[in-house]
Amino acid sequence: MTEFLQQLINGLAFGSILALIALGYTMVYGILRFINFAHGDIFMLGAFAGFYLAPKIAVVIPLPSIAGAIAVLFLAMLICAALGVVIERLAYRPLRKRPKLTVLITAIGVSLFLEYAGQFCFGAAPKRFPDILPGLPITKIGGLSLNSNQLIVLAVTLILLLALRFIVMKTRIGTAMRAVSFNPEAAALMGVNTDIIISFTFALGSALAAAAGILWAVNYPSIDPLMGILPGLKAFVAAVLGGIGNLPGAALGGLIIGVVETFVKGTRWSTCADAIAFAVLILILLVKPSGLLGKKEIEKV
Amino acid sequence: MKFRHAKTFLLGAIALGFLASLFADKINPYWLFIFYDIGISIVMAVSLNLINGYTGQFSLGHAGFMAVGAYTSAVITNQFGNLNFLAANGIFAAALLAGGLAAALAGLLVGIPTLRLRGDYLAIATLGFGEIIRVFLQNMDTVGGARGLSVMHGWTNLFWGFGLAAVTVYVVASLVNSTYGRGFIAVHDDEVAAEAIGINPTKYKVTAFVVGAFFAGIAGGLYAHSKQFLTPGGFGFMQSITFVVMVILGGMGNTVGVILAAILLTLLPEVLRKLSGIEHLPGFAAEHPLGWIGETRMIIYSLLLIVLMLTRPQGLFSFKKSSAPK
Repeated sequence: MTEFLQQLINGLAFGSILALIALGYTMVYGILRFINFAHGDIFMLGAFAGFYLAPKIAVVIPLPSIAGAIAVLFLAMLICAALGVVIERLAYRPLRKRPKLTVLITAIGVSLFLEYAGQFCFGAAPKRFPDILPGLPITKIGGLSLNSNQLIVLAVTLILLLALRFIVMKTRIGTAMRAVSFNPEAAALMGVNTDIIISFTFALGSALAAAAGILWAVNYPSIDPLMGILPGLKAFVAAVLGGIGNLPGAALGGLIIGVVETFVKGTRWSTCADAIAFAVLILILLVKPSGLLGKKEIEKV
Repeated sequence: MKFRHAKTFLLGAIALGFLASLFADKINPYWLFIFYDIGISIVMAVSLNLINGYTGQFSLGHAGFMAVGAYTSAVITNQFGNLNFLAANGIFAAALLAGGLAAALAGLLVGIPTLRLRGDYLAIATLGFGEIIRVFLQNMDTVGGARGLSVMHGWTNLFWGFGLAAVTVYVVASLVNSTYGRGFIAVHDDEVAAEAIGINPTKYKVTAFVVGAFFAGIAGGLYAHSKQFLTPGGFGFMQSITFVVMVILGGMGNTVGVILAAILLTLLPEVLRKLSGIEHLPGFAAEHPLGWIGETRMIIYSLLLIVLMLTRPQGLFSFKKSSAPK
């Protein structure tokens, strides 16, 4: 029982990182109806932004400290938000009226470019992410050991999810986002500037991915330019599992994938863990392609 | 594209491959291995073109089928010791066929469930299947798992390499130009409309998938008996992308363009390496069919993809006024 709970906590921490990435996929899909393949690499760039920012921030705010960690997190989110907007502007916007496959191939190109340009600039060898959080003592409850980093991952994820929910549901720009995702033409006719809304969506998604990158690096401190591929794909699976285009679905899907994979890692099939997410994907696409919380779309001719 | 003199082309190419193989010992082994790579790339790219180009189904798992063919044929030929010329080629042909059939079976298993999906979903599902095949091979101890599998016989030669490339081109071109084959293009152009005139899109998609996978399996067999060493990591996502880039560069649904792109993209890294003066050891970097995956090569590929999609989505070698890929 203790081991079960322990694995559950590990799985939730891993899953909440996937959930943060999955939200970016789902938001972009909800508005533009295409898979932003490069999203996993924004996650990687978030971790690297933190890696290069930490020594600079340490000059102003001594690290490791809570305030310093928050500064690193916010600056990395800001940088990646800007990057997301730039990528959308340069690579995706000129293709908006073109066939979907063209955009998908471009997205794959952008993803490869970020990975290999990253290898070129940062070097291919894994780097050690600096300690930006003070190491709190490991909390013991019964037989459970709670790593302070895991608690922080869960807390930060919860805060970001609530902030996202507030932005999307309560603010003017969030209302506009929902309007564009519902019907872009009608939204444009009602005076919504769709270009700005799409840029904002990319900024929001990329910022969440950057936060996920920092949280990941705090938990698993070895970072390299190809680290975004697998978490990115798994997060995409999570988004599909929850019903792509659906925000609570993405969060739920992330948690499910994280927990399932962690449990498989605890068994003797641990070497197959990477295939689990894909098996889940194929299963869900066969049984309920619209996802757990998604609505069925009917194709009109 | 109308394919005139198809049979002449087929026989001519096979005869040429046979003639060239007689003089193989006069050719520098370094170039010989590059010629094998070119033949393998042509088989892979042309068969992927049937799925991605003509039928319009975006598959990102082609290297997975190649892996199935490579491992199947290698396991078969590893059962035999030294054989005389005729027996060796007979066994090799049978092993290649078995590899192709195993890959076709894998294609059928993958195709039936996933091909109900469309566009981006299909791309991700095929990517997922490619990864599952890789993880599966990594956990199979009988074929060496992650340590890799040694292949005893280096039976690939110019005759097999170019002969099979010619057969692939012939079969794919003839299939697409047949009455039956028009269905592929109909599915590509408009699935709903194709269904409305009585074409069963799923059947066509599965057919394209199985035929494509069959040839990918054959290419895998050629690869296995050229490099003589297999690792599951050599058949990953990046490898699939390499073949996708060939198809897109050549122009989706343009066989001649795709062949040119396959040749170009196989030669390019070699030329780049010659220019930078790095020594090549045949079979040394056996992990990748093209011998070498360099950072700069992938940066060039990715930029090529983006720029092509932005400016020339019909491909580099497509000069006809054709419709953009869907």
